[in-house]
Amino acid sequence: MSYQLENTQQGEKYNTIFSRTTPAKRRKRNARSRLRSRVLLGIYLLLMILPIYWLLNMSLQTNSEILGSMTMWPENLTFDNYIGIFTDSSWYMGYVNSIAYVLMNMLITICVALPAAYAFSRYSFIGDKHLFFWLLTNLMAPPAVFLLPYFQLYYSVGLFDTHIAVALAHCLFNIPLAIWILEGFMSSVPKEIDETAYIDGYSFPKFFVKIFIPMIRSGIGVTLFFLFMFSWVELLLARTLTATEAQPIGMIMTRTSTASGIDWGTLAAAGVLTILPGILVVYFVRNHIAKGFALGRT
Amino acid sequence: MNKVYNNRAWLLVLPMLILVSFSAIVPLMTVVNYSVQDVLGPNASFFTGTEWFKTMLNDPELQAAFLRQILFSFTILAIQIPLGIGIALIMPKSGWQASAVLILITLPLLIPWNVVGSIWQIFTRGDIGLMGWGLRQMGVDYNITRDGTDAWLTIILMDVWHWTPLVAMLCYSGLRSIPDAYYQAARIDRASKWAVFRYIQLPKLTNVLVIAVLLRFMHSFMIYAEPFVLTGGGPGSSTTFLSQSLTTMAVGQQDLGPSAAFSLIYFLVILLVSWVFYTTIMNMQKDKNSQGGA
Amino acid sequence: MSWMVWTMPTAIFFSAIAAMLAGMTVWEIVSPTIERKGFLPISTTRGDRLFVGLLSAAFIHLGVIGYTSLSIWLALAASLVWLLVLMRWG
Repeated sequence: MSYQLENTQQGEKYNTIFSRTTPAKRRKRNARSRLRSRVLLGIYLLLMILPIYWLLNMSLQTNSEILGSMTMWPENLTFDNYIGIFTDSSWYMGYVNSIAYVLMNMLITICVALPAAYAFSRYSFIGDKHLFFWLLTNLMAPPAVFLLPYFQLYYSVGLFDTHIAVALAHCLFNIPLAIWILEGFMSSVPKEIDETAYIDGYSFPKFFVKIFIPMIRSGIGVTLFFLFMFSWVELLLARTLTATEAQPIGMIMTRTSTASGIDWGTLAAAGVLTILPGILVVYFVRNHIAKGFALGRT
Repeated sequence: MNKVYNNRAWLLVLPMLILVSFSAIVPLMTVVNYSVQDVLGPNASFFTGTEWFKTMLNDPELQAAFLRQILFSFTILAIQIPLGIGIALIMPKSGWQASAVLILITLPLLIPWNVVGSIWQIFTRGDIGLMGWGLRQMGVDYNITRDGTDAWLTIILMDVWHWTPLVAMLCYSGLRSIPDAYYQAARIDRASKWAVFRYIQLPKLTNVLVIAVLLRFMHSFMIYAEPFVLTGGGPGSSTTFLSQSLTTMAVGQQDLGPSAAFSLIYFLVILLVSWVFYTTIMNMQKDKNSQGGA
Repeated sequence: MSWMVWTMPTAIFFSAIAAMLAGMTVWEIVSPTIERKGFLPISTTRGDRLFVGLLSAAFIHLGVIGYTSLSIWLALAASLVWLLVLMRWG
């Protein structure tokens, strides 16, 4: 790379000498290619939004309008479906339950994953690589494999149908994920910082809480986003481990299909409401998310 | 980074180890125990030895589900990886547009999986769904509850809709890490767009692409909720994938022994594939480090 | 613990695995492993070779159980030989 030019203007000059196309022509071509990529991106985003828009559209209609005629937007705008959900405790408790176990899971996971990730990023110890691989296999283990033993395990320890049971079960894949992401972020913090802090007389816990955690703030934010995401979207385990008291919203949604047909409006409204927390969370981490998606490793 | 050799690090790992073991090892042991017995009730079970394994390995329905699963996983990888790279290349790099596009693109990833199924169930219905209705207006005989091909295509479309954002985001973050100087050098050499992609962007992407392939393969291999809600595995069993066969057997029919044996076979396949991927990633990183040191 | 429906063979199986892990740890403390390259395409440590050996043993067993009428003890014997070969020359 020794021949590379740092300065764009030099390159521009070089180009005008040797290139047959004039700068003006080239600029025009660039503008055209940028326009083309914007249009392509726009088409993709439009197609992507369409199914979600359709859900939103249906949630604002009455069932008779949904089934009666094809309308591209709600002609008789109604919020009855939402009002129905927010006034029925068996409905909105589903959201409370889901949010409760997701938050518990995030708290438990981050508390045990932070020290473990630190150990993996700073020390080598007997069996470290194998332990790390074993963790990753849990990330890949299909929950269907564990369904029945889970039911019996949590039943026998008396945790069945509690929020904490789902929170603990989701640790199976969330802890390995958190360690994987956090380890990437921690490894990019130079080791000299640890050593200086120890020389300055910091004890390990004090150093960890006062200095190290603030330094990887954005990494922790991104990790929490991922924990939220995977715990929020999972249903198979949550459904198996709960009955009535801690039922997740995804399970309550199945009630909309009854013998007399499916209550489409309520189903759509409930679906829209499950998307909202995600939008809120992604808004908070939007600036760090790109790095987090590469698991802190770019 | 040179790591310090210190076995006291185990103390830091211990809390995590206890929690994950509780969730992973105890159930796994139970599955192994089930797999060699005919479990009829809490205190009534008979030792059957390897019989369940033999039955499961030779079950034509499961073999079909396995082949369908492989076909599905490779199809969606073949679509999502190139599409994800393409989208990452045209995403805006900075400013409010970048944030807005990021938030929009991540949206499908944050929807509960069964809701994804519901969205597509509504969207593809012939009477009330925009896509189903639209296709019928155009004269296409589209029906996912009767036609297996339609159901297949719809599930693939749904998965592409749901998971391409993950690949795109991974690639986007890989592209953001390329220094501007590389592009300037390419401009001076009057490199074509293809050459820039082939010799600058793609090599930088390999790392994240391996992560993307790994995550996508694993998740598609355990896909359950979306096809279950959308098609229920049908019509017939044309869209029944491995997880669903397993869940039907274990929960629906209460066949603990056979489903446990099946789980173990499934798990061993996953273990093999993840080990191959993991070793590849680790060796790639090692190569890169040794090159950097030289 | 009764819901875990333990049987003698599975108990022996898990004890053997646990004993192997313990043994490997002790061996590692007594004489730390050196990464080397044998006939496997990647360079491996002792633990890696044990893992490869166990995983391939599992598939050997599955193959014998599912698609042949040979005795499972034959599969076990073959796996043990393969494991030793792998540990020594892998």
